Amino acid sequence: MEKVIEVRHLSKWFGSNEVLKDIDFSVNKGEVACIIGSSGSGKSTLLRCINLLEKPTSGEIIYNGENILDDEHNIYTYRTKLGMVFQQFNLFNNHNVLSNCTVGQIKVLKRNKEEAEKIALQYLENVGMAQYINAMPKQLSGGQKQRVAIARALSMEPDVMLFDEPTSALDPETVGEVLKVMKDLAKSGLTMLVVTHEMGFAREVSDRVIFMDKGVIAEEGKPEEIFNNPKEKRTKEFLYRILNGNDD
Amino acid sequence: MSLQLMADIFANNWQMFLRGAGMTLLISMIGTIIGLIIGILVGIVRTIPMPEKGTKRTVLKIINKLLAIYVEFFRGTPMIVQSMVIFYGTAQAFGIQMNRIYAGILIVSINTGAYMSEIVRGGIVSIDNGQFEASHAIGMNHMQTMINVVMPQVIRNILPATGNEFVINVKDTSVLNVISVTELFFQTKSIAGATFKFFEPYFIASIIYLIMTITITRILRCIERRMDGPANFIMAGNQMQVERPEDIVYKKNRDR
Repeated sequence: MEKVIEVRHLSKWFGSNEVLKDIDFSVNKGEVACIIGSSGSGKSTLLRCINLLEKPTSGEIIYNGENILDDEHNIYTYRTKLGMVFQQFNLFNNHNVLSNCTVGQIKVLKRNKEEAEKIALQYLENVGMAQYINAMPKQLSGGQKQRVAIARALSMEPDVMLFDEPTSALDPETVGEVLKVMKDLAKSGLTMLVVTHEMGFAREVSDRVIFMDKGVIAEEGKPEEIFNNPKEKRTKEFLYRILNGNDD
Repeated sequence: MSLQLMADIFANNWQMFLRGAGMTLLISMIGTIIGLIIGILVGIVRTIPMPEKGTKRTVLKIINKLLAIYVEFFRGTPMIVQSMVIFYGTAQAFGIQMNRIYAGILIVSINTGAYMSEIVRGGIVSIDNGQFEASHAIGMNHMQTMINVVMPQVIRNILPATGNEFVINVKDTSVLNVISVTELFFQTKSIAGATFKFFEPYFIASIIYLIMTITITRILRCIERRMDGPANFIMAGNQMQVERPEDIVYKKNRDR
């Protein structure tokens, strides 16, 4: 299978705290990979290292056969190839919905305005937010904001979409609308890397589940394997905690 | 003192008062605008993330130091002293002859710039880190992030502080009378000197100052409200008419 991104021996230290320990993994073209694990296990940090929002302490990230951690590599063009969806949406507060989806295309990809708007509208339509193109972010609900954020990332037409706990900041009622959009995307063959606490989503949609614990990938495999027959003890414990209510 | 006298003094000298007020407004307005621009530029430069190594880091460090000195110097000395140094001082020491009005605008601008750069820096720091991250994630560099995402929000947030600076400038241009800029205080002083009356001319001047500052505050408040826009998005305002559940309920009740 063709690898879109390959991570080799990636480590990340925050001060004297090693958050990621020698991670090796890759994202294959067209697959949906879910990263699960308890909080503090380094899954969000791994995602943020991949698009360099956090600078890895050591290791390599291979994209298109090049190590993007080389000093001379242009990280800005690399980032346009990765779509990022944040837990806190992070829509541009000073732009309306349409402009949120066009500003990156116009300023970074240098597309002209008409083309950018056409592309943006198409993706806003896909996430069901086309009626709201003139709304400002503060006028939207959490679920609506997150759908716009997804459309914004898609408008850049990235090779990989990264989702950093996209439903964790939403109220239970609106989680469904965002998950539905993500399921549709997964079906369309988009390459997705999703950090999530939604075990139902991971089980149903993903091609591969990666379980992280204390900064290492403890176990990975097909969702059936991980959820039905986890091999590692800590995977079992984690799934037991998650599926039978937290703690205790 | 009488109202009659005050009216007479105003009637005889209204052109001088008006010209003085005009000069005060001109200097303080241009000074505030240039000061804001200086403040924005300095604020942006001082918040550039420090590179980890290389010559860029050294250059940026030196620039930051110089800007810090600029801010400290002009915040830490009185404008009246700065005026004397810049206008008479440079004339005597270096033989630089400046137009009084330009000198006045220069002094007010760099002074406001020093204050505004701290205000802008505070405004940038207060913007949620998520806005920066989202911009970076989409591939924007620092400059693009600043221009397209951060600064528009910062400018909205610092508008009240800018209005404050403007009001302060309207009042503080009065110190420019020491370099004989013909602003409102200077004109009032001339009128008082010519009529040997002090209460009436200065009272009129204070009223004019008050009118100017209140008007400015009101105008800025209006601009702020305009920039904020409505809190709710009304879909009915769109060309595309989409019925919301509450519209359907409303229609049902109306038709009944």
